[in-house]
Amino acid sequence: MRDRLFIIIAGAVVGLLAVVLVLQGNPVNMGFCIACFIRDIAGGLGLHRAGVVQYIRPEIIGLIIGAFVTAFYVKEFKSTGGSSPVLRFALGMLMMAGALIFLGCPLRMVLRLAGGDWNALVALPGYVLGVWFGTLFLKKGFTLGRSQELTPVSGYAGPFVAVVLLILLVAAPAFIFFSEEGPGSMGAPLILTLGAGLLVGILAQRTRLCTMGAIRDIILFKDFHLFYGFAAIFIVALIGNLLTGYFNPGFEGQPVAHISSLWNFSGMTVVGLAAVLAGGCPMRQLILTGEGQSDALITVFGMMAGAAFMHNFGLAGSPAGVSPAGQWIVLISLVILAVIGFGNSKVLSGNK
Amino acid sequence: MPETVDCRGLSCPEPVLQARQALEQVSGGTVTVIVSNAVARDNVSRAARSMGWQVAVEEEGDDYKLSINK
Repeated sequence: MRDRLFIIIAGAVVGLLAVVLVLQGNPVNMGFCIACFIRDIAGGLGLHRAGVVQYIRPEIIGLIIGAFVTAFYVKEFKSTGGSSPVLRFALGMLMMAGALIFLGCPLRMVLRLAGGDWNALVALPGYVLGVWFGTLFLKKGFTLGRSQELTPVSGYAGPFVAVVLLILLVAAPAFIFFSEEGPGSMGAPLILTLGAGLLVGILAQRTRLCTMGAIRDIILFKDFHLFYGFAAIFIVALIGNLLTGYFNPGFEGQPVAHISSLWNFSGMTVVGLAAVLAGGCPMRQLILTGEGQSDALITVFGMMAGAAFMHNFGLAGSPAGVSPAGQWIVLISLVILAVIGFGNSKVLSGNK
Repeated sequence: MPETVDCRGLSCPEPVLQARQALEQVSGGTVTVIVSNAVARDNVSRAARSMGWQVAVEEEGDDYKLSINK
């Protein structure tokens, strides 16, 4: 009961902070979007040159450091890794690919829904379908293999990367790109974004909040524990948007969104399936990175590479829709996910 | 007959799936599950309790030994 209350509070805090961050300058319905923010960081580092989405997002830094400090304090920090790193990198790329077709990670999908963006209502069943596909593989014994305990150096790599990003953000050397227009130029003040990231990092580490686990555990175990957090994010963000005038129901003209329902749906199917196979949604990967898991850090690097790939080759969705090449990416992603899924299930791989 | 499920190095939900499978195969007794992270410890405990089993957790080096009884 105490656990349930705690995860509801954590979800409520995420929903509330998301509304506050938008009021203070973040793009609309983007108080938090882990995929978008990692994409912005990839742009800030010059890995892609989409001029409107380049920024070292402090929320990401805060999430990793908040989870790290908390895990360290409660003695859950443990340096582990070595479980199918290449496949995890690929799953990170695919998760980002799907998110950039829809224009948002699962967390932003919930926030878009709370802002009245009905395109997210189309994406939600797509996401659930992807997670359901993933659970079929899990029932067939899907595994990426056991992780090993590693030297502390590996475990500290994630928090170290976060600190380096913070230095680059504050020092703002000339070689770091900062958007001058578009969503990448919009952000709440540093103290708020970093603070929000830290607070959510702490809460998510303690509660294991995960937007994929919320759906997966219902399908697999009829366990609604994580779903309470997921629902709390939605309800609080919805109330917040209604109170602040940011609830604008409709399909058309939504901020950083497009109305191609097929691709909104299938993009999130890719994200859902990839997240199940990778063992966590984009936000959860950041938290695990803070806990010392190299397997999660490599997934985050995969997401950065995926963002660069999607923008460098003009594959990402935009308010104009999804290009034919982007549509092919959805199909190719599903095929690769099926190969990873079958190839690591008991049926084909001989896993025991 | 006591049974041991070794879930070291595995991340959720795999430990939960394996533990549930083991628990569903027996009607009672003791099933031991070894996990190596706190998330798996909590999730397996919660799953076992929801299935009507009692759980005792012991730290064993860097791992956790869960003795699940009914």
